Amino acid sequence: MLLKNATIAGALVGLMGSAAFAAECGPEGQSIRVLGSDFPAIQAVTATAEANCGGAANEFTITLRDDTRDMMNQAQTPNPAQYTSVIVANSTLTQQMNDGLVRPLDDLIEKYGASLKPNQLITVDGKVMAVAFMANSQHLYARSDILEQAGVDGIPATVEEVVAAAEKIRAAGIMEHPIVMNASGWNMGELFNLFYFAHGGELFKPGTADPNVNNETGVAALNSIKSLTEYAHPDYLSHASNETQGLWEAGQAALGIMWGSRGGDILDDQGSSPEVTGSTVLASAPTVAGGSIPAATLWWDGITIAQNISDEEAEATFAALAGALTADMVAEHNDDAIWLIEGFKPGPAAEGVAATAQGGAKIYPMIPYINLMHNAASAELADFLKGDETAEQTLADIEAAYVTSAKEAGFLQ
Amino acid sequence: MKHRTFFWFILPTLSAMVLFIALPIVSVAVQSLYIEHEQVLVVTESCGPFGCDETTTIDTEATAALRSEQPLGRFNGLGTYTNRAHLAFSEIGEAWRTTESLGDFFNELLNLPFYWALAFTLTYTFVVTPFVIVLGLAIAVGVNNLPRLFKGPTIFISLLPMIVTPLVGALILFWMVDADGVIGALLQRLFNDPSLSLKATTSLNWVMLIVYGIWSSLPFSFIVFYAGLQTVPHDTMEAAMIDGATKWQRMIHVVVPHLMPLVVFITLIQLMDNFRVFEPIISFQAEAHARSLSWIIYNDLIAAGNPLYGSAGATSLLTIIGVAFLLTPVLIRTWRDFNRKSV
Repeated sequence: MLLKNATIAGALVGLMGSAAFAAECGPEGQSIRVLGSDFPAIQAVTATAEANCGGAANEFTITLRDDTRDMMNQAQTPNPAQYTSVIVANSTLTQQMNDGLVRPLDDLIEKYGASLKPNQLITVDGKVMAVAFMANSQHLYARSDILEQAGVDGIPATVEEVVAAAEKIRAAGIMEHPIVMNASGWNMGELFNLFYFAHGGELFKPGTADPNVNNETGVAALNSIKSLTEYAHPDYLSHASNETQGLWEAGQAALGIMWGSRGGDILDDQGSSPEVTGSTVLASAPTVAGGSIPAATLWWDGITIAQNISDEEAEATFAALAGALTADMVAEHNDDAIWLIEGFKPGPAAEGVAATAQGGAKIYPMIPYINLMHNAASAELADFLKGDETAEQTLADIEAAYVTSAKEAGFLQ
Repeated sequence: MKHRTFFWFILPTLSAMVLFIALPIVSVAVQSLYIEHEQVLVVTESCGPFGCDETTTIDTEATAALRSEQPLGRFNGLGTYTNRAHLAFSEIGEAWRTTESLGDFFNELLNLPFYWALAFTLTYTFVVTPFVIVLGLAIAVGVNNLPRLFKGPTIFISLLPMIVTPLVGALILFWMVDADGVIGALLQRLFNDPSLSLKATTSLNWVMLIVYGIWSSLPFSFIVFYAGLQTVPHDTMEAAMIDGATKWQRMIHVVVPHLMPLVVFITLIQLMDNFRVFEPIISFQAEAHARSLSWIIYNDLIAAGNPLYGSAGATSLLTIIGVAFLLTPVLIRTWRDFNRKSV
């Protein structure tokens, strides 16, 4: 609170007294309109930007909502675009770039990006297209007390160990369904990515848009997923992050594959009991079949600037947002995210993502047709997990569904 | 009425219908014949916090040039209609040739996304519609026979499912049928099976969605029938009573025939509504178990990130054709009745 007051006071002093403030916020009297997903880290960044530069701008609106990816392309296509900045992640940057809706940031970074670290810059084809500020990935959540009670030593590091631990927990009569994982809709396709990458698979034949999942690696990936779902909550096919987090906080799960960004919420003192939060351990995503790649994809969230807006608006928006990515902001919101910004002190909530990234997990691919493949996997995988279909049939269906949509989208002939 | 007067009378409605119904359908039909331009791809390198990677990007300038030449994309004729995501002619032919029994063939058929969605959509339509009509009539008759004092509150409560927004109503039910929810937990107790879950299997998911569909549509048929019951002629009812007809006989031989036009009306509306079932699948997060034609359209437009307009357009038109098929028998009946009366 003290820090927050200090920031605001600092901003006010700057506003009244010095010209330096105006320079930091770029051209004055512009309209700054930011769209982003609604979670604490983005709230922190946008609120800081508004506190710093809201006064210099003619208009400063922040729109934070769910499912931004469903509407961001429609919102940004007209000229002028509805938002001057969209806060994106790996996959949504691709989605925006596919329609040419974001602009290169190199000249803006030269002017306003002194405090950014080189590894925050997302460059594509030599041009910086986004500035990342936080990292995220799926990883293992484990309840050390329940594992101990079931006679499991340490935290499982491989899928095989996770399954063995789940079996011990079930055999000991502690929980019938100790595993939670996100598997509804989009999460289903993501689940396939995690285990396919962990088995060393490549989704596409190198250098082409041809699918490459109907093979032994694909079968192995599906079987890994199934070995886990045997112990998953019966409703797992309808579970997304909110449901799995709820089950975890209610103490109804002992092993979970969930997003790192939920770590802060799960470990805090709200919505759960000290027994659960005290024994929850965030560990690296498990590896499979003797491999070394964790079953996870690495994600970043970052700022972009719209293509279809005036240069002045672009400059003011970038100055305001880049100016918020500072050590001061991180110090105030340290546990809200796994920040990629200078001054971040990794706490317990960051351990899972840090370990997963160090373990060499794959970055979620930024390929124009990845969304089509992901969607095909989401649509076809359920048949296999329900036991209605063989792994080979499901993989053939995924390829067929992908090819159909990739042809329509113009990626395949 | 003179033709001229009639024309001026309906002109505002007609123009609104052309503008807001006919033209969009034409536009959707046209779009469904086209697919995207060939994407001009460039292989590049992308770098970020986790290192560098080889990647592919779209050459947006080259693609934009193609797009400005032919804004609709490449003409594909009926190709989108016959591809795997829709009618899947070649896949069906293949399945017919390679499968040995009819059961295997149907398995292959239901493995195709369009037919799997059609199976649920038709099941939903043909189960929900009759239930809504019969139960709606039963509730209307029940309420009509209540003492005056209770009528108002009962009608209000019966209408609640319609007052609640479909999405919200479905969400509330979604939580109630959860294993930890009041209905889910009750069912587990009743059947003494702690792993029973309505969301876990495909068949129970279908039952859940259908029960929700009946629940949310009942008030509509109830209120229409209730209004109809107020117009049942007293003379005929009294005559039937004097002839010694029982309550049940009066119901079957007097009330139901009198309400027949309303039954046709509700059937029409319900067939249309149920055929485009969508919200419950989203609210119940049931897409792993049940998909409808509308869900496919939504998925093509939303989930793919960059929308597949041709695909969505084709499914939309196929849905319209499906609705037309369903309504034809009902419309033919109405037309005959109309002609008989006018003679």
